[in-house]
Amino acid sequence: MALTLKKRSILPGFGLTLGYTILYLALIVLIPLSATFLKASSVTWTRFWRIVLDPRAVASYRISFGASLIAAAINLVFGLLVAWVLVRYSFPAKRVVDSLVDLPFALPTAVAGIALTTIYSSNGWVGHLLQPLGIKAAYSPLGIVIALTFIGLPFVVRTVQPVLEDLDKDVEEAAASLGANRWQIFTKVIMPAIMPAALTGFTMAFARAVGEYGSVVFISGNMPMKTEITPLLIITKLDQYDYAGATAIAVVMLVVSFTLLLTINLLQKWSSRSHRAEAKQSETTTTTSLAPGYAG
Amino acid sequence: MAGSVTLRKGRTAANQGPRATLEAAWVRWTLIGVAIAFLGLFLFMPLAVVFSAALSKGVGTYLAGFREPDAIAAIKLTLLTAAIAVPLNLIFGVAAAWAIAKFDFAGKSLLVTLIDLPFSVSPVVSGLIYVLIFGLQGLLGPWLREHDIKIIFAVPGIILATIFVTFPFVARELIPLIQAQGNEEEEAALTLGAGGWQTFFRVTLPNVKWGLLYGVIICNARAMGEFGAVSVVSGHIRGLTNTMPLHIEILYNEYQYVPAFAVASLLALLALVTLVVKSVVEWKSQERIEEPQENWGMEPA
Repeated sequence: MALTLKKRSILPGFGLTLGYTILYLALIVLIPLSATFLKASSVTWTRFWRIVLDPRAVASYRISFGASLIAAAINLVFGLLVAWVLVRYSFPAKRVVDSLVDLPFALPTAVAGIALTTIYSSNGWVGHLLQPLGIKAAYSPLGIVIALTFIGLPFVVRTVQPVLEDLDKDVEEAAASLGANRWQIFTKVIMPAIMPAALTGFTMAFARAVGEYGSVVFISGNMPMKTEITPLLIITKLDQYDYAGATAIAVVMLVVSFTLLLTINLLQKWSSRSHRAEAKQSETTTTTSLAPGYAG
Repeated sequence: MAGSVTLRKGRTAANQGPRATLEAAWVRWTLIGVAIAFLGLFLFMPLAVVFSAALSKGVGTYLAGFREPDAIAAIKLTLLTAAIAVPLNLIFGVAAAWAIAKFDFAGKSLLVTLIDLPFSVSPVVSGLIYVLIFGLQGLLGPWLREHDIKIIFAVPGIILATIFVTFPFVARELIPLIQAQGNEEEEAALTLGAGGWQTFFRVTLPNVKWGLLYGVIICNARAMGEFGAVSVVSGHIRGLTNTMPLHIEILYNEYQYVPAFAVASLLALLALVTLVVKSVVEWKSQERIEEPQENWGMEPA
């Protein structure tokens, strides 16, 4: 048996709960996912590569990954700022602002999609201001970036926030007493400490953005080669009953997702290790292997 | 300017205190301002536009959106989907959390990663995998057709896709909580003669009830709001296989903005309720551990 009990415990229910967990996991997640690879394997290699490297598909990767990267970068910068402001400063209605940061996790993507499109279309609240400047926000690549920024907004904030909270102020005071100014302290003392967490948040935001569909389809305009994201291309192929095509593109997306998941796990290990080294009390080590208590 | 005063404070040994690690007031307020502006643009505004667009033609038109038979059917289907998906994922989440948090076994971190898988899969792909199994062209397609069972473009497919997408929520919320609790209390209960279930319901559950509540609430919000995965398996049959998010899409694409935003406002309210519950849960759990780490910066190390 692959699973062996390391530590004896008098608690009951190990076999039952683990068995049920694995059964349910296999039925809902693992078997359906492997079916995708099985289905993809019925396509020959040459055909697979022809589908996957088709100009329209390549254009969709460029749009999906490009927009996701820009959105994640925006979220890295502003996420750090928001986390900093929420942890270090006090201002009116801070608690409300803090809890609203999680809105993109709770708000259905379709609702976000139609709301953002309404705001950024040429007669919307923000769109009509951008129109005279010659900036087209909705139905353009910029619209995709806006939607993906919304979707990934909480990740950097929520990964950096706890690290910033636990950051030892003595080190900053020591740096200050040795003559460092605030900017030096920030770049030399604070940034290195929060960087692993920030990168984890960045990768999470990127991973979420790459697969996002609901919020993007409304605002993007969905023009092939120009504003067509990869998930939409899968849907288009499905609508044309091109199952082989849809599956091949899906396999590409799955490989990317799994790679990103692995990267996030490694980043989290690194992050929790350096976080733990920073923290004074290293008692609470068991829970750190998991992400910050919520997920996207 | 106050800024120069605070910056120089670092040099005067006395009264240094927290000032040495605090930015000048104008820097603070600028940063707060930029952060609030960013959040305003990306969070408050979308939320506000949902309600303002829904109510733009008055309350009467707003409410009329819910009286439409297709809207009612969509709301009913969404409730049904959540009513099946959430309890199933709740049972799974509790079982998984018990096994993972209370016991040590080889392959545990792999199992945790596998539970997280649905988060990293694009919603569209989540729907597609079920089409590849249960669809007409799928692995089980011919068999299902022979037995006249319809899963794709029908309600079972919607429920399956929803279960997949919301799969990890309860487990993820519970595992760290139960882990942090330790095993001592349960072991004491068992030593005193309590049964396994009794121990679980009387000892473990009360300790994690708030976290469990949030897990269920966020799982429910996601189940009711799922769009991409459900869109792939639903077939968009009006009145039959349209959930609320799909109904919103149809209305929106037909330029029926007020009814679209009316239905959207219900889901936005659900999201707000979810956030309120989350805040209450965090507040409740902080109450318990607050004492040692009061607001920082005040203690002079």
